[in-house]
Amino acid sequence: MSILLETRGLTKSFFGVPALRDVSLTIHEGRILGLIGENGAGKSTLMNVVDGVFPATDGSMFLRGLPYQPRSPADATGHGIAFIHQELNLFSNLTVAENIFVDAFPMRAGFIDRRSMRRETERLLASLDLEIAPDTLLDRLAPGERQLVEIAKALRSNPQLIIFDEPTSSLTARETERLFEVIRRLRDEGKTLIYISHMLSDVRALSDDIAVLRDGELVGSGPAEELDTSRMIELMIGRELAQLYPPKTAAPGRDPVLRVAAMTQPGVVQDVDLEVRAGEIVGLFGLMGAGRTELARMVFGLDEFAHGEIRIGGTLLRGQSPTDRIEHGMAFVTENRREEGLLMESTIADNIALVSLASYARTILRFVDAPKLSAVAQQMADDLQIKAHDIGGQPAKSLSGGNQQKVVIGKWLMRQPKLFVLDEPTRGVDVGAKYEIYSLMDRLAREGSGVLFISSEVEELMAMCDRILVMNRGEVSGEFGERPFKQDQLLRAAFREDLAA
Amino acid sequence: MSTIESGSAPAQVGSKGWASPVRRVLLSEYFVLYLTIVYFLILLPFLPTLSNPQNLSNVLSNMWPLLAVAVGQTLVLTIAGIDLSQGSVIGLTSVVGAALIATAASSDVLSNSVLWGLVITEQGGLFAGKSWAVPAGIVAMLLVGALIGLINGIAVALLRMPPFMVTLVGLIAFGAFAIFLTQSENIRNLPDAYIALGKGDIVSVYLGEQSTPQIPRRQIYSFITYPMIISITLAVFAHFLLSRTMFGRHVYAVGANRRAAEISGVPAKRIIIQVFVFSAVCATIGGILFSARLEAGRPTLGEGTFLLDVIGATVIGGTSLFGGKGKIVWTFFGVLFFVLLSNTLNLMNLSSFHIDMVKGSVILAAALLDVTRRRLLAGGLA
Repeated sequence: MSILLETRGLTKSFFGVPALRDVSLTIHEGRILGLIGENGAGKSTLMNVVDGVFPATDGSMFLRGLPYQPRSPADATGHGIAFIHQELNLFSNLTVAENIFVDAFPMRAGFIDRRSMRRETERLLASLDLEIAPDTLLDRLAPGERQLVEIAKALRSNPQLIIFDEPTSSLTARETERLFEVIRRLRDEGKTLIYISHMLSDVRALSDDIAVLRDGELVGSGPAEELDTSRMIELMIGRELAQLYPPKTAAPGRDPVLRVAAMTQPGVVQDVDLEVRAGEIVGLFGLMGAGRTELARMVFGLDEFAHGEIRIGGTLLRGQSPTDRIEHGMAFVTENRREEGLLMESTIADNIALVSLASYARTILRFVDAPKLSAVAQQMADDLQIKAHDIGGQPAKSLSGGNQQKVVIGKWLMRQPKLFVLDEPTRGVDVGAKYEIYSLMDRLAREGSGVLFISSEVEELMAMCDRILVMNRGEVSGEFGERPFKQDQLLRAAFREDLAA
Repeated sequence: MSTIESGSAPAQVGSKGWASPVRRVLLSEYFVLYLTIVYFLILLPFLPTLSNPQNLSNVLSNMWPLLAVAVGQTLVLTIAGIDLSQGSVIGLTSVVGAALIATAASSDVLSNSVLWGLVITEQGGLFAGKSWAVPAGIVAMLLVGALIGLINGIAVALLRMPPFMVTLVGLIAFGAFAIFLTQSENIRNLPDAYIALGKGDIVSVYLGEQSTPQIPRRQIYSFITYPMIISITLAVFAHFLLSRTMFGRHVYAVGANRRAAEISGVPAKRIIIQVFVFSAVCATIGGILFSARLEAGRPTLGEGTFLLDVIGATVIGGTSLFGGKGKIVWTFFGVLFFVLLSNTLNLMNLSSFHIDMVKGSVILAAALLDVTRRRLLAGGLA
């Protein structure tokens, strides 16, 4: 088992703040290394140094025993290192073949040699078992297929080391499984892989070796067999976390907060009935495209629906307006925090205040009582333990994923809503912050709100919910009202038609 | 937009310790004010006339109409829009107002106009001679302006058309309509009460010996004038509107992220429409000040490089073309700088071509400054 890449005492600081401290890591050839750590632990920084995005402040690297100092990502590629970033670097308006060759078009007499480009693309796609034509526009591919195209692009330069940064965050369960097969096959062909992820179960399933970073330091590494999940979590967060989920303290009441009847929008959702009672956490499970998010958007007045009824606390809601839904006591934490949840450039305080401005507006010109509002926002930030040093001066984008999510929840909490709709609230959030968000959900329910919890991670639904509805192709394919839930039943309901097909 | 989250430990945003002086000046609220003062002091030795009371009075009088129009543009840019139609609003409303309130008109000039005989005759406009003529004329102008703003706002907010396209068409179409109305002629003979809005002074200064009982008119320099009061009142109103009210908070939210704002219950469509109406009303007020000073309604009043001045002054003030960031105070300084710039270029006896070339470069520099500031704030210059 020879060593492919070794880092010795690698240190990197930004503006004097260390992001990596003295990291000495050994990467063995022909194995999969799982790299884990919380947000801001230094995983991406480490990989950016390896990929030549920026140089280390101190320390050295050795590639096959020779000193290695990449000057740029292109230089790293030349050394046989490929980096597949979390956000795919693909052009949706170009074809698959053009995407793969975008940085090195094969030329012939001054023109792009389309024939050889197509041939080479076919060969690369075939090596990944991907049956798509090289001339397909990227636009028309599913997220999982795009991920594979990105891998094909990386394979073009025949790299020895391939780094994956959170590759499954937008993939369905089946696409993830397929990606894993590809990664394993690459390993079996002798390539070395580094797999960065939040999803501990993925890392477990895939890795031969595991390395754990915390606060820029390498706190543990070794063969995967020697680290079990609880030990991994312990290393990541630096303390023992007895459980992944907080104990449930809320009990559902009797009065329904939300009642949805016969909700239908052809091709999206079909005849969905749904009830959430005060103090109850109702889970909504399903595969991507099952219609969960779409249903939530209709309930919140963002998308239209053909027919159906929505009642909040007995009042029938009409029309299609988020403003009206908010006035009736609804809150919506969307799955897309960056684009729909936060004003990233605005301050944390402005974000927290946004929904409740009307309660602090005085006189006919609606002057905002700024001192009072910022005091209340500060109180909310303290209450939710948002890690910020100045909520009135710091933009939302400076926070970690978990703290950003707390800002979104805090924004809605300011209005004390009766119904919370949470769509994938723990996506892109690290283990420690997940626990805090679960506790927060439990608190919302305890204080009498109804919670509709949408997620594609079945474990968290099973742990937190009083009742789980499973959707499949726009319909409710199963309802499970009794804890403990059985995972295989939930999955079977989610895959229903796909299995039959 | 992904550079912040994924990598390096959260950057220390807003900490003061390591901010270099250059950085601090670039990010300062008063950057353009400093720039104006430095520019003035540097040029003073070469252009001694710059500090003449007559010249300063001239600079100020050029500032007020531009400020009124730029205040409206500031709000539109803040919601990540742009309002090019302001130019045609000025021309069209000045024609409409003048046609209604003119006290006389010459058939030699205006007989080809479609308004002739209907709205305006040799005895003047429809409102001529009435005691309420001027206020009613101004109300009519504001209504026409507001209507154009409403059309812009509806096209952008409800039909989701790009603001650049909508208002560019507005600039061309309404501008052409104004020229068509008068067949490209000016409408003169405006009542004194209206002209006073553009020229009337309240505090004037006479610098010199009082040797004769009559002071020659040209040696009186006006400092506090009606246009000044009107423009500053408008700017102060807009300042409070933007910085202290719920409407202002909503404007920033829509500019920063329209989707997130809508999901948070911000009535984005209504806000966008209101901002475009406000912008057109500001342009109308600027148009009133211009036409009153000119003593005529002129269809081509807002044409040429006027829009360049408005957008240039607003952007150099610091309002971002990307939306979500803008302040009336910044625009005030931007207008001051721009007017001073034009004035100094005039004093250097440059031709209007040269002046426009310099102005263009300054606006380009302002756009570059905007981008640099964003990068500095993002902390991305590692």
